[in-house]
Formats: sequence, C-alpha cells, structure tokens
Amino acid sequence: MKQYILPSLKLTLVMIILCAVLYPMLISGVAKLSPGAGKGETVEVDGKVVGYKLIGQSFTADKYFWGRPSAVNYNAAGSAGSNKAASNPDYIQTVKDRIDSFLIHNPGIKKNEIPAEMVTASGSGLDPDISVKSALVQVKRIAATRQLSEDLLRNLITANSISSFVAPEKVNVLKLNIALDKLK
Amino acid sequence: MNTEISGVLLSFALTLLIAFPLGKYIANVFKGEKTFTDFMNPVEKFIYRFSGIDPKKEMNWKQHMAALLSINLVWLVYAFFLLLFQADLPLNPDGNPNMTPDLSFNTAISFLVNCNLQHYSGESGLTYLTQLLVITFLQFVSAATGVAAVAVLFRAFAEKTTEKLGNFFVFFTKTITRILLPLSIVIAFVLAFNGTPASFDGKDSIVTLQGDSVQVSRGPAAGMIAIKHLGTNGGGWFGANSAHPLENPNYVTNMVEIIAQVILPMALIFAFGFFIKRKKLGYVIFGVMTAGMLSFMIPNMISELSPNPALQKLGLADAVAMEGKETRIGVAASAYWQVMTTVISTGSVNSMHDSSMPMSGAMQMLGMMTNCFYGGKGVGLLNYFVFLIIAVFISGLMVGRTPEFLGRKVEAREMKIASIIALLHPFLILVGTALSAWVSVRHPEADWAVKPSAWLNNPGSHGFSEMLYEYTSSSANNGSGFEGLGDNNIFWNVTTGLVMILGRFLPIIGPIAIAGLLARKKYIPETAGTLQPDTATFGIMTYAVIMILAALAFFPALTLGPIAEYFQIY
Repeated sequence: MKQYILPSLKLTLVMIILCAVLYPMLISGVAKLSPGAGKGETVEVDGKVVGYKLIGQSFTADKYFWGRPSAVNYNAAGSAGSNKAASNPDYIQTVKDRIDSFLIHNPGIKKNEIPAEMVTASGSGLDPDISVKSALVQVKRIAATRQLSEDLLRNLITANSISSFVAPEKVNVLKLNIALDKLK
Repeated sequence: MNTEISGVLLSFALTLLIAFPLGKYIANVFKGEKTFTDFMNPVEKFIYRFSGIDPKKEMNWKQHMAALLSINLVWLVYAFFLLLFQADLPLNPDGNPNMTPDLSFNTAISFLVNCNLQHYSGESGLTYLTQLLVITFLQFVSAATGVAAVAVLFRAFAEKTTEKLGNFFVFFTKTITRILLPLSIVIAFVLAFNGTPASFDGKDSIVTLQGDSVQVSRGPAAGMIAIKHLGTNGGGWFGANSAHPLENPNYVTNMVEIIAQVILPMALIFAFGFFIKRKKLGYVIFGVMTAGMLSFMIPNMISELSPNPALQKLGLADAVAMEGKETRIGVAASAYWQVMTTVISTGSVNSMHDSSMPMSGAMQMLGMMTNCFYGGKGVGLLNYFVFLIIAVFISGLMVGRTPEFLGRKVEAREMKIASIIALLHPFLILVGTALSAWVSVRHPEADWAVKPSAWLNNPGSHGFSEMLYEYTSSSANNGSGFEGLGDNNIFWNVTTGLVMILGRFLPIIGPIAIAGLLARKKYIPETAGTLQPDTATFGIMTYAVIMILAALAFFPALTLGPIAEYFQIY
C-alpha cells in the first residue's frame, strides 16, 4: 500500500485543481452571461429589488394572492419541508387549522373548493408557484378587498399562468402580485 | 395527470436514448480505442507524469484494491480536517461555523463513499470553500472510484485467463477527464442559464413585496449540482436539495437532473456487454434491472398519484399528496424521482420522502435494500454481480453441474465471498435500526446534541421508518433520508459513519476479489451443458434471487414501519 500513497497525494492535488478550482471557475465565468449573472435573477418594482424570481415569498395580507404554507416561513436563508407523515395526528390538526384560517379569510368559499396544495407545505418551503386552481379560489377575496371585478382577476391569472406540454400548469405568485399592484 | 405521466415516460425514453451510445463510448474509452475525446490525451499524460504514475503498468486485483484504498484514505483525512476548520479558512461570506468533530467525521465519510448523507444544511453548515474543495471534489473522485472499480470487472471477463487487469489510476483519471468533466460542464451550463446561482456572492438581504425582511442563500452552486447528479452522489447545495427552486428551477432542469443521474449507471451496463463482447449479456442485465426498477416504480407511482386518505377525510377539493412536493414539478415527476434516486443510489430528492405515502416509503427503502437495479455508478453493477454469482451457484446445484460463469468455475472461495457481501447489507441495516430503536426507548434522555426522545419527527410506525430509512440509506450509500429525523448528534453521526464506510468498501472489494479470482482460473470452453447467462431464463433466475433475498431479510422490518403505517391510514 505504501507505494501508492505518494502517487495518490500528487493525483489528489491535480484533481483538486481540475475539479474543485478550474471547473467551478469556468462555470462561474460563463454564468456571468446568464440572466442574473449567476447571482440569481431578481425582480424589481420601480427600480427597487423586491425579491428573487425563483424564490417564493410570504403573502399574508388579504389583498395579495397567497402562496403555499412553508416550513421555513419563506426565509431563504435556509430551506426545508415539514417532513410530516400522513399518519401523524398533529400534522392533520395543522392542516385543519390551515383550512379554518383559509375559510375565515375567504368568505363565500366552501371547504370543498380548497385545493390540497394550499394547505400542505412545499418541499423547499420556498415554492414560488401555485396552480391555477389555487389562484382562482382566492379571486373572490381579492376582488372584495381591492374592489375589482372578478373577471379582471381571472384574466390576470390566465395572463400570468405558464403551461407546457408535460409540466404542470402554474402561476408565479410574486409575479402575479406585482401585476395585481399595477392594476390600480 | 396524463400530461404528467407523459413527462415521466419522456424522461425515461431520453435516458435510454443517451445511455446506449454512451455505453459504447465508455467501452471504447476503457479499451483505449480512438474516441472524439482524444484531445484530452496531453492532459492525461501530464497528470500521469506529475503524479509519478506509469500508465502502462498493469495491476492484479489486489494491487487495484490497494491503490483504491490508499487514495481514498488520503481523501478521508483531507476532507475531515478541512471541514473541521472551515470557519477560519477563506471563502466564507456567510460566516458559517466549523463542523463538530462527529459531524465532520460523518460528512467526510459520507462524501468519500459516494453516499452524500447530510446531517447539516448546506446554507448554514458549509462554506463556499468546503462546498467546492471538499464536497464537489469528492463528488467527482468518489464517482470515478466506482467506475474505476467496475472497469476491473470488465477486464476480468474480457480475456480468457489473466492476472493483468489494467491500471487503477488510469481508469480513474480517464473517468474524470473523458466522462465526468465534459458532461458536468454541459449540465452546469444548462442549470446556470435556467437560474441556478454560480457566483461567489454571499447571502443577499431583501425586503419582500409585502415588506418582510428575508435573506436568500446563494453561491457557486451550478457546477456542484451537475456532478451531484452525474456522479450519483446526491448531496444538495441547499438543505432542501433539488426541491429548492434555485437548485432545480423548472420542469426542464428537473428533467435534465433526473436524466443525468440515471445515464451513467445505465450506460455502464451496456458498456460491460460491449467491452466483453457479449452484448446480449448486457441487454439481459439491463432487462432484469429495468424489471426490478418497475417493480418498485409502479406501486410508488400509484400510491403517490392516488388521493391521500388522511386528506380525503377533511373534505377538500382534492386530496393530492402535495405535502413536501413542489408545484412546478408535480406529483408524477416527484414519484418518478423518488424511485430512481433510491434504486440508483443518488439520494438527491425533489420532494420530501418523509412526507410521501406509506407504500411509496416502502418502495423507496426496497430500492435501496436491493441496491442493484441500475444501482450506483459502478457499484450497482458490482452488487448485481454478487447476486449473479449466487444465481449461477443455485442454478448449478439445480442442474447438478459445477457452477460456471463465462467459462470459469465458481468454487467455494468465491461463493463464501459472495454470501458474506450479500448478507452484510441486511446486517448493517437491521443491527443499526435495532440499536437506534433500543436507544430511543431505553435512553430517551441521553445527553446528546439531540436527545433520543426528540429524534423522531413523527410518532408510531412512521417514526420507526425514519430510523430504518436512515440506516438503509447509509448502508446503500444512497444519502437520501426521511429528513425529519434529528440526526446531527454523536450517536447518528458515528453509527451511520461506520455503516457507510463498511457499506462502501466491502461491497467493492468482495466482487472485485471474485472477479480477480475467476479471471485467474483456467478457461473452460463452452459445451452444450454450459449455463448460458445471457438468456431470459437466467435473467428471471437472477431477479428471483435478488427479490427473495431482499424479502427474507427485510420484510419483518418493513412490516413494523411502512406496512403498519399503511393499515393505519387506509
């Protein structure tokens, strides 16, 4: 074994330089040409950064569309799911509480209209999207809060939804809310 | 839902489409034939000269293993100390702390052995320096170690009787320069241009549209995420792994990442067939592995796509099992990933496995318990080879002939090694789980960083599954987890560290020893009575051996975990 230690040390050194220094520097250098220059693409409103395009945000006010529940409260300093199992009674209680709070904030909506997505936490805690169904169920609340017509909001959702031939249809919540603010 | 299923089928089709020619290419690389990557020749020559390696010097199986273990030892020491002192080294913009010795022990082993079990979160547990110089580095070299090991198997059966099985350092170097680096660069570019960060800037602080102050973790992640999948490593840059929107920005990147992790294990099977000039054997192995994968994929897919009964009772509009899943990825692509990442030993996740349905949890664990349906890069084929030898032996007994494989007699010594390796995996998993269950019941207040009474994130049988999953993942060198488990404490760091290291090197040494011993034996020409390993009959035989061994070893433990949970909620 001894005869292999010295070549191993030298080979390790070369590979560190190749795989852990040159390679990341190459990627980092080329990524400067990408949107966001490799720092993450930000979203601005009136010249002020209000968020990252891919990172979800917490929306709790009635006048905004809400995203999904988050185990890290949408603070992207970290990321995590709840890791709760379907068989966990405490978890089911949490979901029930979320349903109750959703019903209080959304008068006129019945329980059987709420998609499960809106009361279950995402994997990362930073999910930037909701499905179109989850956006539509919030239309009544936002129309009442903002005194806008429901049709106008539905059109806004359609205009901001993204679908492709294999991926699930989705709406970016931050983008939708920025468009919503611009309506007034 | 149908569109989601077509996304999954498209992923698999594309994987196969890439893996087949890639297999041919890998066989040519290891044969030393002309390939389009010959422009790397001068780079390789420089590497050999600098390191004092004579690329023409061939090794026998023992020398191969000595070289493999020597260089792995160097990496272990290097990684351990860098992690231990990372806070005071450069490239730490977020001011993250040093690792504790037990966490450093666990993390160094975890990445060394291609497991990538993570008892920390990338955002707070590592610095950019260690993310690159330890994590990314080990993701490259541990993957190349697996491929270099399986190349010995290729050589052992390519010739009739031989001691000379190529040079470990050459296999290792070529794997990096001609397979891993070029492919990683392509994938990293795709990720970077879809929004994955790649710059060295630290955490950003922003005020959101609603007026909350939050931070956003970033870093040179794109390169690491490429090799993490390509090398079947699986350790995430961010805590949430590929569920994180920066680590896996959209459906396209999701597809790229899932394809990237499957292509090399699959390509190596074809490469084996091409290399030993028995293409049909490669196809039969591929067929058995695909059948094995589907045996877990179909139940997992059904259980994830069916409504969650616990949510159904609440009377919502639907009861889709979206807990722990991301909207842009959806249920079908999450379920496909859950099975692929566990059969293939990647262990990256795009949904939280802890929140998947009970039957899915069972399938994910079975994927790791069998650990050879495609399996990890290189090591998957080596594990399969062990079962293949057992199947040869049993078939031999059934027809009353001395068992032979590809013209070599399989005798007592090889069988002993195969049996020990086949039994090691259940031994490590079950003993570990039993120990942890005992500690959590008998010593709930032990004074560790996380008290045993606080280990489990879910009560009852699912809590047991969390412990069973952790040891299964460690021994299979998978690295995914039921992440609710409170695992960053001395008990879990040390025990899983030991399980990982045993679960890596013994299952490499064992099959290589068998291959080396067989290669040395006198070649017996085929006769009418010779067992044909490249037939469907023998394929079914191997499948049965793998499944029966897994069922015998693991069914009792699965009954206490996911199966009990299933009956609790359905």
